[in-house]
Amino acid sequence: MKTHPWLTILFFCCALPVQADGLSAARQQELTRFVRQECGFCHGLRLTGGLGSSLTAEALKDKPAEALIATILYGRTGSAMPGWAPYLSEADTQWIVGALLKGFPE
Amino acid sequence: MTSRKLLLTLLAGIVLVLPALVTHADERHANECQAKVVRGSGDLGLIIERARGSIQLVDTTQRCLLQRVEGLGDTSHASAVFSRDARYAFVFGRDGGLTKVDLLTGKIVKRVMQSGNSIGGAISQDGRWIAAANYVPGGVKIFDSETLEQIADIPAYSEETKALSRVVGLEDSFGNRFAFSLFDAGEIWLMDLSEDPRNPKLTKFKNIGNQPYDALITGDGRWYVAGLYGEDGVAVLDMWHPERGVKRALPEYGKGEQKLPVYKMPHLETWAASGNLAFIPGVGRHEVVLVDLATWKLVDRIPVAGQPVFVMSDPTGRHLWVNFAFPDYDTVQIIDVESRQIIHTMKPGKAVLHMEFSPRGEQVWISVRDANRVDIYDTETFKKLGELPVDAPSGIFFSSRAHRFGL
Repeated sequence: MKTHPWLTILFFCCALPVQADGLSAARQQELTRFVRQECGFCHGLRLTGGLGSSLTAEALKDKPAEALIATILYGRTGSAMPGWAPYLSEADTQWIVGALLKGFPE
Repeated sequence: MTSRKLLLTLLAGIVLVLPALVTHADERHANECQAKVVRGSGDLGLIIERARGSIQLVDTTQRCLLQRVEGLGDTSHASAVFSRDARYAFVFGRDGGLTKVDLLTGKIVKRVMQSGNSIGGAISQDGRWIAAANYVPGGVKIFDSETLEQIADIPAYSEETKALSRVVGLEDSFGNRFAFSLFDAGEIWLMDLSEDPRNPKLTKFKNIGNQPYDALITGDGRWYVAGLYGEDGVAVLDMWHPERGVKRALPEYGKGEQKLPVYKMPHLETWAASGNLAFIPGVGRHEVVLVDLATWKLVDRIPVAGQPVFVMSDPTGRHLWVNFAFPDYDTVQIIDVESRQIIHTMKPGKAVLHMEFSPRGEQVWISVRDANRVDIYDTETFKKLGELPVDAPSGIFFSSRAHRFGL
């Protein structure tokens, strides 16, 4: 029997554990590691800051999420913060900012 | 079962089990060092395990792991300097922890929390004083290397910005002098401990450039060079003639060119100089920059695989080993100094964070973070000599640094 390709795609999509905010648990795990390791070079593995600013929930509490998303995607002129748009999607960035504001997972 | 049969069964069991035990022991010996009762420390070193607050002590003769030392706090971006007898390591942690470790016994001798956020440190020419560079609170603190008792506190308060600045590029030089840079204020301070270490003499150089992000000092302790992130070029202080002030070098470098994004700051601390040339990572450019040490003019630019992080000269000065920032951090390139050509490209794996040469440079050890591995290569043939299991390795520091300035 030949299965329609769309059915296969549908099957695999539904098989992945998708969270409410649309990212798979696997992707969330990748992003957690990404933030801790790559962002951690400047912001510290514990995100308490270095040459980059502190990214703890406390430090970010007055910053609007939209501004943080823009900073991650496009960088900040006049600072060392580069834009990560070539490597992170909008959805990735939204999730990262949401997680940072709640207190980033280990 | 008769006793004879039981004996035979037991014997057969031993014969079967023995080879398994022997194999197991061999595997263990492949990584672990053979114990010595009396030994020197000139071939010892340590590797930072950045994610678990520990270090691995290593032996570069046997190429093995001596033991893990735990309890060093936040070791992301940790670095180390060594006592003049090359027995003790002073490890600077990101969380402001300063830990004195005995390389011979594997014990923590003393540990103090000296700040909230630290970037590294240096040791005085006579080995008596340890200086730590801090982000929070911005400044430098001096400690007695014997006891880790704090003897001086120098807040990096800038009269220009009216605020404390984060301190970067703290380097030691001759005459118990140190130099460091103020990232937020664009200043270089010379700190002299030769007369009264408890009240160091400070000489401040202002407006040296925008955002000095790291610095290096040449092996003879003469030239202090701060890389500038906020503008093109580097700032240079001649430690023989501080009265001549800080001069800007390479102002023409990269003028009018579009910079590429920098996903990890380059490091300058490990000086790559060979003959009369210095080699510096380009910032926002995928190239190594060659500078004439006599004139501080740009000589050449060598295109490389990505944003260089470390540009390290092997102890013979013949080759440069270069690693890169994200996303090219799986790669290491080797440049021949004489021909200025890339002669070898290797891909040890994702996240090559650091490289360290054995004292006379026949081996290079390379941290491969995500593979939880340190690879050891022959610097002559580029063949892999071995690998060691190390948890998320970053900085590698060998005790031979004890006898060199600015490392």
